[in-house]
Amino acid sequence: MGWIGETVDSIKSIKIRQLLTQAVTLGMIVTSALIIWKAMMCVTGTESPVVVVLSGSMEPAFQRGDILFLRMTKDPIRTGEIVVFKIDGRDIPIVHRVIEVHERKTTGKVDVLTKGDNNDVDDIGLYADGQMWLHRHHIMGRAVGFLPYVGWVTIIMTEKPIIKYLLIGAMGLLVITSKD
Amino acid sequence: MHSFGYRANALLTFSVTALAFICAISSFSDKFSNQNPSAEIQILNINRLKKQSYGNDEVSLTLDISADLQSLFTWNTKQVFAFVAAEYETSKNSLNQVSLWDVIIPDKEHAKFRIQTSNKYRFIDQGHNLRGREFNLTLHWHVMPKTGKMLADKIIMPGYSLPDAYK
Repeated sequence: MGWIGETVDSIKSIKIRQLLTQAVTLGMIVTSALIIWKAMMCVTGTESPVVVVLSGSMEPAFQRGDILFLRMTKDPIRTGEIVVFKIDGRDIPIVHRVIEVHERKTTGKVDVLTKGDNNDVDDIGLYADGQMWLHRHHIMGRAVGFLPYVGWVTIIMTEKPIIKYLLIGAMGLLVITSKD
Repeated sequence: MHSFGYRANALLTFSVTALAFICAISSFSDKFSNQNPSAEIQILNINRLKKQSYGNDEVSLTLDISADLQSLFTWNTKQVFAFVAAEYETSKNSLNQVSLWDVIIPDKEHAKFRIQTSNKYRFIDQGHNLRGREFNLTLHWHVMPKTGKMLADKIIMPGYSLPDAYK
């Protein structure tokens, strides 16, 4: 019983309590960020509700470093929509415009062709070998809104990872050394 | 409470919140603009209707497109992307939409135009369904804002048709 009393005493002492409070605060910040992200995924219907524009293929509308807000609904895909898609076997999402749609009467499935506004040719060269069309399961979402320049933070952190470590290190230091 | 770190943090949070609020309001202001665009498309000539060597039908045509999209521009508009698409139905496909021509309109001055052009993109069917086919021509426009929500709409012009035989 003695050591339980000692542990309770040391927890009551300010030092350890402070440390625990800081740990809980940090945990709360991380989990609320996660909650917000997952809630956005539910509301917008897509697994990545926000993407950063990485290339200049949609200029002058979308420059490198802009961020796009995406939504995915059950509505059929039609020409003119700006969609974000991933090619099988590649990780990078591509943001281009739909220029051709062929929808099957019987199954409702669609064949989709896309092209970047600033490109001269359509995206056939980007699709996987032998693939002539995109299908609904390739498409992650439609772009519905946009914010300029905000995505540069992500681009810099991806291309120069040292900045990412510096930032996280600095934030960690701040949390530990803050007195309340 | 008065250290540099706290002040910098407070300043940054406030400025980001204010910026986000301003972006949201400017996007919202687009709802109040009165928009009445108009357009007319004529087909000047069907240049070719042929069957490609490996099977599908292809059309080449010359269009006369006139449109007035000036009312779509607000102070929050970065550009308007306009395109003309042909829409038709076949026995296998309930809907085919093929984009024939597009243009990026950077400002209000360029938004009223008339141009005669052959189709910029190839009009190729999935099959041989184009002889005698009736189709609609639609002029779509997408208003891309400087910040915020994008707006899109279209005008459908029905009643065009392709010749009954290959030429």
